[in-house]
Amino acid sequence: MTESTVREDLTMDSHDLPEAEMPEPGTPEDALGVVGGTVPAEVDPAPDAGEPAHRGVEVPTGTETLPFAKAITAGLRAALAGDPKVLLMGEDIGPLGGVFRVTDNLQAEFGVDRVVDTPLAESGIIGTAIGLAMRGYRPVCEIQFDGFIFPGFDQITTQLAKMHYRSRGRLTLPVVIRVPYGGGIGAVEHHSESPEALFAHTPGLRVVAPGTPQDAYVMIQEAIASPDPVLFFEPKGRYWEKGTVDHATGPYAAGTTGEPGGFTTLNSAVVARPGTDLTLVAYGATVGTALKVAEAAATEGTSIEVVDLRAVSPLDTATVVASVRKTHRCVVVHEAATFLGTGAEIAARVTEQCFYDLEAPVLRVGGFHTPYPVAKIEHDYLPGLDRVLDAVDRALAF
Amino acid sequence: MTDLRPSRQAASTPDDTPLQLVTPDGTFVASDDNARYRARIGHLDSEDLRNLYRDMVLVRRFDTEATSLQRQGELALYAPLLGQEAAQVGSGRALAPQDMAFPSYREHGVAHTRGLDMPHILQLFRGIDHGGWDPAEHNFHLYTLVIGSHALHATGYAMGVQRDGLVGTGDRTKDTAVITYFGDGATSQGDVSEALGFAAVNEAPLVLFCQNNQWAISVPTSTQTKVPLYQRGAGFGVPSIRVDGNDVLACYAATSEALDRARSGGGPTFIEAVTYRMGAHTTSDDPTRYRTAEEEQHWRDRDPVERFRTLLVTEELWDEGHAADLEAQADELGERVRSYVKGLGRPASASMFDHVYATDHSLVTEDREWFADYEASFTDTQGGAR
Repeated sequence: MTESTVREDLTMDSHDLPEAEMPEPGTPEDALGVVGGTVPAEVDPAPDAGEPAHRGVEVPTGTETLPFAKAITAGLRAALAGDPKVLLMGEDIGPLGGVFRVTDNLQAEFGVDRVVDTPLAESGIIGTAIGLAMRGYRPVCEIQFDGFIFPGFDQITTQLAKMHYRSRGRLTLPVVIRVPYGGGIGAVEHHSESPEALFAHTPGLRVVAPGTPQDAYVMIQEAIASPDPVLFFEPKGRYWEKGTVDHATGPYAAGTTGEPGGFTTLNSAVVARPGTDLTLVAYGATVGTALKVAEAAATEGTSIEVVDLRAVSPLDTATVVASVRKTHRCVVVHEAATFLGTGAEIAARVTEQCFYDLEAPVLRVGGFHTPYPVAKIEHDYLPGLDRVLDAVDRALAF
Repeated sequence: MTDLRPSRQAASTPDDTPLQLVTPDGTFVASDDNARYRARIGHLDSEDLRNLYRDMVLVRRFDTEATSLQRQGELALYAPLLGQEAAQVGSGRALAPQDMAFPSYREHGVAHTRGLDMPHILQLFRGIDHGGWDPAEHNFHLYTLVIGSHALHATGYAMGVQRDGLVGTGDRTKDTAVITYFGDGATSQGDVSEALGFAAVNEAPLVLFCQNNQWAISVPTSTQTKVPLYQRGAGFGVPSIRVDGNDVLACYAATSEALDRARSGGGPTFIEAVTYRMGAHTTSDDPTRYRTAEEEQHWRDRDPVERFRTLLVTEELWDEGHAADLEAQADELGERVRSYVKGLGRPASASMFDHVYATDHSLVTEDREWFADYEASFTDTQGGAR
């Protein structure tokens, strides 16, 4: 049994999951695989590849309801079809389609040179991706699980993040590192972590985490089109949640070739639900939680505004500040430990910019200062509905 | 108590004898064993041979001047290559213009062979630039200071060359190889092993050129490895060769063969060039604390530059006229190195905010604006921006 197989098997033990935040049980391929409304992509020979990037691959159009994971698959497919320099690299992403099936069938569609099963070495994956990017390619690396990114941490922080700066702008490294992250899936150690702050603390990297299938679809495309390296954190506990995806969106939408479109989702937060009494800031895995909190609070007469950050670096402080100036209260929720986390930074910034608007201190709800705990008790570690509502109550009581 | 330190000598067998075309006393070696490598230098005419010598002398003069400039306080740091001229010039001169080189931080000689004007290297050591040149201009990447990291970049770049269809076309002006340089210490880094693995399974057009200069700062090669380093390649399925790194012709021949293998689709090669770091690791180092004068003398007797001069004189390819011309050229270079370094200004403080990202990033923009305001707040007392 290979290590990869072990990793996969260890995460598929879903029978112990509690109800809240729980993905649909069963294997990913049982729950995923919704594809519809496909038409052949336009054949548009790439200038230096000799043949079109997509070679008759069918790229869907219109809108469809997709699980989160499949929205990412669709975004990857659009980018592969739109630009022959885009390639995927990672462990088990070929015939297997990745342990979460996010790259399902893409190797069959685009070939082994563009969807590359690599040796089992994260530093090697990211280090060679850097070299490929120097040669003009746009590699998208899949790290199998959050906790396995650390063998590649050196390459990410000392090389990937700094090459543009080191070269005084002569070299750009359009590398995307996809990281299934976060907990709630009943996994073993190293399979449920939220290390985004470690990367957001490194200048030169962009760090993003989509909270909805539509954002996931557009953001993966914008990440690939970005000339800067992007750490793309995918909330794996949300992989099976469905939403509407518009195939006409994103820089690689059918018929386009990845021309940067302003990178709106990589730079800006969005108000996911308007409200007046309190601002609840979330991103990635906790966006869904925050919306449920707002729903629950509404039944008690409290109007919560949910801000989905989408990006941790850069941090769209302006959107948060505008919301807090209106609501006068702010709670931040993420799965990562609160100490020196995204919430700490938001608290500092909101305090600096909204000092006289605040009716309560900015509160944080997140992981504790412990390693990620064992699965049987992980839901007491995760910032679920009750703990966030408790923080909302405390903020309102000030 | 048992001494658990590694033995001073790595295991060695007669087969580990490095490829040699010129002996330490400057005699050309023609044997059946090295016939195929002699064929690799057959096309070098008298002027080519003189140029290899000139390269080494100029590189050494650059090195001497840079070391002096650091001692005079003009450079923050400098990493001398003294003793490694043959390994760098020999391998570097085997490269084709389209080949790409990924250096560590001591490859001043390779830089010279790529057409990079050596004084530019000193921007890094002066503390005014983390790089200092355009990698695309000379197909010579920036120095990498984290040991071994760039071996993976070179591997990935070579995988890109494959995807560009520039391997095995048979067109010598198109087929492209990639070479990466690192030292004996770097072979202990996981990234170098991963580079060997990735390059091997992808049959990447890569040459991994290890300069075993015997010392990783203060630690001898025997602490890095129990086997001769060239044997590392075999376990990865990478053809490997050990060459006399102080023999410029052997380095040229072995690299030439490896590059051709790479360009023709034969995959990677690992070369161990056995040489010696005659100077300090950097100007902050003190070799007298960890190695003996006898050892240094042993290697001075195998000096790569003097060895090749002896050969040229013996073969009547070098006369006093050549020597005088080269001396003048070296003096000119030395003067240019000094004036270049002293003429390097100080970057504007606000340049620290440039090129953090290729696209706008609000955190950098905020900091840049804050810093500008802060600087401007001093204009009354300082009489202008600092």
